[in-house]
Amino acid sequence: MIIQTIMFYVLAVGTVGAGVMVIASRNPVHSVLFLILAFFNSAGLFVMMGAEFLAMILIIVYVGAVAVLFLFVVMMLDINFAELRAGFLQYLPIGGVIGIILLAELVMVFASGAIEIEVPTNVASPTPPPDEVTNTQALGDVLYTRYAYLFQGAGFILLIAMVGAIVLTHRRRTDVRRQRIADQVARDPKAAVRLTDIEPGAEGTWKSD
Amino acid sequence: MVPLLYYQLLSAALFGIGLYGVLARRSAVLIVLSIELMLNAVNINLIAAASYLNGIGRVIAIFVITVAAAEVGLAFAIILRMYRNRGTVNVDEINLLKW
Repeated sequence: MIIQTIMFYVLAVGTVGAGVMVIASRNPVHSVLFLILAFFNSAGLFVMMGAEFLAMILIIVYVGAVAVLFLFVVMMLDINFAELRAGFLQYLPIGGVIGIILLAELVMVFASGAIEIEVPTNVASPTPPPDEVTNTQALGDVLYTRYAYLFQGAGFILLIAMVGAIVLTHRRRTDVRRQRIADQVARDPKAAVRLTDIEPGAEGTWKSD
Repeated sequence: MVPLLYYQLLSAALFGIGLYGVLARRSAVLIVLSIELMLNAVNINLIAAASYLNGIGRVIAIFVITVAAAEVGLAFAIILRMYRNRGTVNVDEINLLKW
């Protein structure tokens, strides 16, 4: 019990501290690394809440794919980030005010219990107690049955994002010679091949050049 | 167990940090990073609610993670395009569509 509480505080402070450093750090590479730290701490919190599968998904998807993508992009763009920071204070008041207002609202809503969160009993519970089924199985049971359409929709979103990313970043280079298969297939053999009779011994009219 | 309220407060704090980052930073890359922080806060809230109240929050969290991954891919494609065309990722200078 006490260990759980201590773990919660350690992970929560780690998450929030890393989140603050994402915003405050000077170097964007450090920001990305702090984001990875924040995700690791959140994964720890997920494990504490009994969502092991989601914790692993978070680490694999975010740390394994998204954060590496972030690092690639940050290193690909040759940006003078110091210049970008020059007017940092310009937006500090408005951003701070709006952020604090929203934070205060959220805290008040949660703390006052103004929203009574109730789950209808007829909604299938995706997470039965761990001694009955495992976490992954419980999620899979509802994900592929009750939420099959949403699952397909998520697949379509990923497909569209993939196509969009390729279309947006693709460059057609003009300085390379590439095979044009359509032209090759469309070529007419009658126009391409010419038969010429040549007298044996005579000098041919056809010359190669 | 730790009360549900603590998780909700944690997620509110993370969401506030992310919102501040979106509003105050000018580099498009850091804005996308802040959006990821906000999505993470939402995930924490969803999973906490699902764990304590036994709802469907974990399934929704999976979809949030999926859409976030797609969003990051597209956002970076747009940022790369922006950088190639305009030579900057400063969102103050990307004002072609601004009235």
